[in-house]
Amino acid sequence: MKKSDAQAVYRRPESLRDVPTHYCPGCGHGTVHRLIAEVVDELGIRERTVGVAPVGCAVLAYDYFNFDVTEAAHGRPPAVATGIKRVRPDLVVFTYQGDGDLAAIGTAEIIHAANRGEKITVIFVNNGIYGMTGGQMAPTTLVGQYSATCTLGRDYEQAGPPIKVCEMLAPLDGTDYIARGALDTPAHVRALKGYVKKAFDNQVQGRRFSLVEALSPCPTYWRLSPRESLERISGEVIPHFPLGVIKDED
Amino acid sequence: MKPISAVNNASPAEPVLYCGNEAIGEAAIQAGCRAYFGYPITPQNELTAYMARRMGEEGRVFIQSESELAAISMVFGASAAGARAMTSSSSPGISLKQEGISYMAGCELPAVIVNMSRGGPGLGNIGPAQADYFQSTRGGGHGDYRTPVLAGASVQELADLTFLAFDLADRYRTPVLLLGDGILGQMMEPAVISHPEPAVLPEKDWTLTGARGRPPRTVKSLFLGPGELEAHNRKLQEIYRTIAENEVRWESFRTEDADLVLVAYGITARICRETVSRLRKEGLAVGLLRPITLWPFPEEAVAGLSRKVKKFLSVEMNFGQMVEDVRLAVNGRRPVEFFGHGGGEILTGEEIMKAAREQIPR
Repeated sequence: MKKSDAQAVYRRPESLRDVPTHYCPGCGHGTVHRLIAEVVDELGIRERTVGVAPVGCAVLAYDYFNFDVTEAAHGRPPAVATGIKRVRPDLVVFTYQGDGDLAAIGTAEIIHAANRGEKITVIFVNNGIYGMTGGQMAPTTLVGQYSATCTLGRDYEQAGPPIKVCEMLAPLDGTDYIARGALDTPAHVRALKGYVKKAFDNQVQGRRFSLVEALSPCPTYWRLSPRESLERISGEVIPHFPLGVIKDED
Repeated sequence: MKPISAVNNASPAEPVLYCGNEAIGEAAIQAGCRAYFGYPITPQNELTAYMARRMGEEGRVFIQSESELAAISMVFGASAAGARAMTSSSSPGISLKQEGISYMAGCELPAVIVNMSRGGPGLGNIGPAQADYFQSTRGGGHGDYRTPVLAGASVQELADLTFLAFDLADRYRTPVLLLGDGILGQMMEPAVISHPEPAVLPEKDWTLTGARGRPPRTVKSLFLGPGELEAHNRKLQEIYRTIAENEVRWESFRTEDADLVLVAYGITARICRETVSRLRKEGLAVGLLRPITLWPFPEEAVAGLSRKVKKFLSVEMNFGQMVEDVRLAVNGRRPVEFFGHGGGEILTGEEIMKAAREQIPR
């Protein structure tokens, strides 16, 4: 057989296990997992990375990443990551959290980890809905968006507006890097990967708290097709949650 | 500004005056506690303050957390990364920590949790109480688990039990509760705090330290597959059986010829011991059994006595909690009475003597 000149330019990262995931078709978690795995590989830190998985759809992330991962109680990943990082500063510690975990039940933990300037990386996957429990209203659900617990659409008067986590954390002196990306287009995915890489590299460089928010689709509980879900991010979600680097102290 | 409490410059064998909270802190440091996370609550604040100063001196980790929920989750993280870790609080704060304690029991993570208990329910008051016996000995949080519970009766014993607590936690990979109360935490007594012979403990081959040259590790309590959680629970129950077989501790005082045996732990046992001595002078055959491990409860010791003595009196700073374990152990062979009251008020020797006399018809 003739020796091929073909070169593999795209393969499964070493930091991702070769196993099927439980995520729904069109879910954003698979893409975010992959971006993290690529970044961990590129930075050469797989053997000293420890992830903290949330309660929510991504709790099973520990079955998909090919490095050490722990679970945490709902909302507590920043506190668990604090405990790990403080006793093992040589490790690269990140939390992977959804909007219910980070922006509702874990609000105190994320604010204080950020304010202490914990040298950790936070990947915040915002799909505006509680996926695992069956599509309830999240703190980031848009006004007017339907869910199992706001069947007429989120009511501003009754539930308030969706919370903007990046803008809330950026003023805290403990935070070094805050960025928001989205999964709706290839260009946005590439930009998001850049943010994720920066957020991990910051920690490798010994900088303080970095957080990247990813606007992510939930076709199952948005009651949309995967394609319609991406279009909704472009048309409805991004106008409320503007993209870009919100803070960079580097 | 000068440090609040004196530095221990004494030689190891020389007694030093400590309050109970500080004695636990010093013992934890000598036991190799590498991380302490706490949140202010009375009556355990001396412990948090002691750790703030001493952990810093030792170059170890101290964080005053944003809440008890966060503190116990920081303990979770530090423990998962292989460090000996501790938190302390008092009753309302311990209720909040139950979330993390349950997760650590499920994840088999060692840790030491100190409860200097106070009056409840709710905010209660800051007086001493033993009203957390049920919570302490029945797991405390959700799910089917137990944690060893160690209850000292003096400042010296609190320190000694702190060393033991860390060893038990590492030996059985479980959270261990050290239970005191507002008096034990704050009263001062001379104590000699020195690390006993280091125990031979299992290697920590489960910690999250980075997957270098080994497969990735996972710390988790989630088991979704059919039968997986039951199998995990059976494994935990097996560990609890081993603990119950090997780690029961108690002290008995003048029970050999007693008609009436008082059962009491912690500061109440201290008062009961004096009471027994005084009643003996009156010619009454009274003894004391003091559980040191509340779980595992000294069932066999109580059952053994129930074949010899006439009656038991469980004395507690609450409205009757441990008395249920005494009754289970006595199993109907003898009457088991209760004396106590709660709400942050200490029992007096006089009222315990009166209650004991009433149990022995002249």
